[in-house]
Amino acid sequence: MNRTVLRLLKRLGFYALIAVVLFYAIFPFYYAVVTSLKPSSELFRVDFWPSSFDLVNYARILGEKSFVRAILNSILVSFSVVFIALLLGLTASYALGRVRFRGRTSVLLIILGVSMFPQVAVLSGLFEVIRVLDLYNNPAGLVLSYTIFTLPFTVWVLTTFMRQLPQELEEAAIMDGATPWITITRVFLPLMWPAMATTGLLAFIAAWNEFLFALTFTLTDDQRTVPVAIALISGGSQHELPWGPIMAASVTVTVPLVVLVMIFQRRIVSGLTAGAVKG
Amino acid sequence: MGRLTLTGIGKDYDGVEVSRDIDLTIEDGEFVVFVGPSGCGKSTLLRMIAGLEEISRGEMCLDGERLNETPPQERDIGMVFQSYALYPHMTVAENMAFGLKLAHADKTEIKQRVDTAARTLQLSPLLDRRPKALSGGQRQRVAIGRTLVKQPRVFLLDEPLSNLDASLRVEMRVQLAELHRRLGATMVYVTHDQVEAMTLADRIVLLSGGRIAQVGAPLTLYHFPESLEVAAFIGSPRINTLPVTVIDPGRRRTGVQLPNGEPLPVAVDGSHLTTGETATLGIRAEDFVAPDAADALLKGRLGVAERLGYETLAHIEVNGADGTITQRLDRLAHLEPRQATTLGLSGEQCHLFDAEGRACPRQVTLPGVAA
Ligand SMILES: Nc1ncnc2c1ncn2[C@@H]1O[C@H](COP(=O)(O)OP(=O)(O)OP(=O)(O)O)[C@@H](O)[C@H]1O
Ligand SMILES: [Mg+2]
Repeated sequence: MNRTVLRLLKRLGFYALIAVVLFYAIFPFYYAVVTSLKPSSELFRVDFWPSSFDLVNYARILGEKSFVRAILNSILVSFSVVFIALLLGLTASYALGRVRFRGRTSVLLIILGVSMFPQVAVLSGLFEVIRVLDLYNNPAGLVLSYTIFTLPFTVWVLTTFMRQLPQELEEAAIMDGATPWITITRVFLPLMWPAMATTGLLAFIAAWNEFLFALTFTLTDDQRTVPVAIALISGGSQHELPWGPIMAASVTVTVPLVVLVMIFQRRIVSGLTAGAVKG
Repeated sequence: MGRLTLTGIGKDYDGVEVSRDIDLTIEDGEFVVFVGPSGCGKSTLLRMIAGLEEISRGEMCLDGERLNETPPQERDIGMVFQSYALYPHMTVAENMAFGLKLAHADKTEIKQRVDTAARTLQLSPLLDRRPKALSGGQRQRVAIGRTLVKQPRVFLLDEPLSNLDASLRVEMRVQLAELHRRLGATMVYVTHDQVEAMTLADRIVLLSGGRIAQVGAPLTLYHFPESLEVAAFIGSPRINTLPVTVIDPGRRRTGVQLPNGEPLPVAVDGSHLTTGETATLGIRAEDFVAPDAADALLKGRLGVAERLGYETLAHIEVNGADGTITQRLDRLAHLEPRQATTLGLSGEQCHLFDAEGRACPRQVTLPGVAA
């Protein structure tokens, strides 16, 4: 009797905890969705349940050319960053994980060290670099700076993963006449999907949400990315913050992220190397 | 063709010599087995032949052509790895075809070769499976098939059966012997299982501490070991050893004194020994004779008797011996616990090793065994 009550209480506590965590994690986003669906007249009434289903905010946002343009810029920049970071990360991790050379550990430590710097610390230096390369107010400048910040993490994770792949697999490929490039792309890559998906996703999120560089390195509306565009959405007057459209814009740009995570979480499974070695 | 010549091959890892003075010629079509204790450099030697490891010293030739600097894929040598190393994301057929595809072989040619190899290895029904859906033995056959399709001049196999369970190992052993007979290709096989070595090899290369301890036909190594090391490694149970004193060195017979004081004329050339020198007498477990036909007797007491079904191994405690003496007996031999036992020694059946462990050449001829 006593034991059953205790077990019930434990159960209850467990689910209560889950509820708290879920609420904590989801509520802000939920509230953003609810707000985005309200017309501006009802904006400051606190409603916990969707009281209306008004798409006017979405219409306004998507009707604005500069916002659509910002989304396209964000897509271009984020995908480029992911592609470049994974390509460089994969090849670098092959060198760092599979090739023995002097100073390998130091290189890895330097890579890790570089990723510790706060963005602001390199902002002015990076600005000079971008000016010299003539990439100011150009999405390519953002791709360059995001890649710099994403690459250390990507290289680090992929190297760790690459090291765990069996040595004999690589040697078998060599005996089959594979060059390092073929070994990477046709033997290792298919086995690295979990790591690639994870790092790629994180790189994508970082690039998609980045604000500081995006604000500093762009000038005109048609070169901006989404986070900056959202921040610059202005209301009817100087004293009005247009919460409705801001919320609608935020939801619009977050949905792709959620969808991406949903798709790739299936890929983020280990055990893909099963069957390579032993019985 | 596939005649492999190694001349003075050596290997250093960071200044440490792990392989040295390897002189060996492997004839076309020969099945050569490298055996030796763990860490003796078997894999290293095999990997040097494959080209996965740089050769530090010496020269390696295949059919007269120097290959030291040739990259692995151009050596016309195939290797089967211990862990199989199959590509997990490819089907059996793709695994086998990968090397040919990279070499830009003709599509129909690839298909034909894969099919032939699959038939040879009884893999035809499994061609569309992935490695993780295969048993250990099947994976092993795929690993062999992957090498087979390339039709290399030399096959290298590094402990290919060590991950299989005992019964499957016996089965695969027979299949390998059969495969070698059918292909007639040169094969170099690494193992530390002496049964595999004895049954598969045309010649055994026994390695020890990075050097070749002895090369020869399995029965030659068994009956005419050149050193105590070889004698101890080949044969199970291990050869029995007794410390003895040389009393009468000679060309045809060398007299020694057993720990119990009995003299025994051993049929070896011990002319380089001196009287009074200590030596080691070696007797294999099956080489004891009936006491009335013996040249000398050893008395002892039965310790443990191991009944293996097809034979009995009696471990006999003998004064003065290093550990117990093992005697091979009939499978139904009648034994009482701790019974008194007399072992008959025959000078014809014994080996004699000098203080450095070198064998004194045996002065006996055995039908069909080259000395
Ligand atoms: N990459 C390496 N760096 C340094 N030493 C090495 C390296 N590879 C092997 N060795 C050393 O070389 C020696 C021979 O190794 P090898 O792998 O050839 O032994 P093996 O005879 O195949 O043993 P096993 O039966 O255990 O497989 C060992 O002492 C080992 O420690
Ligand atoms: Mg080995």
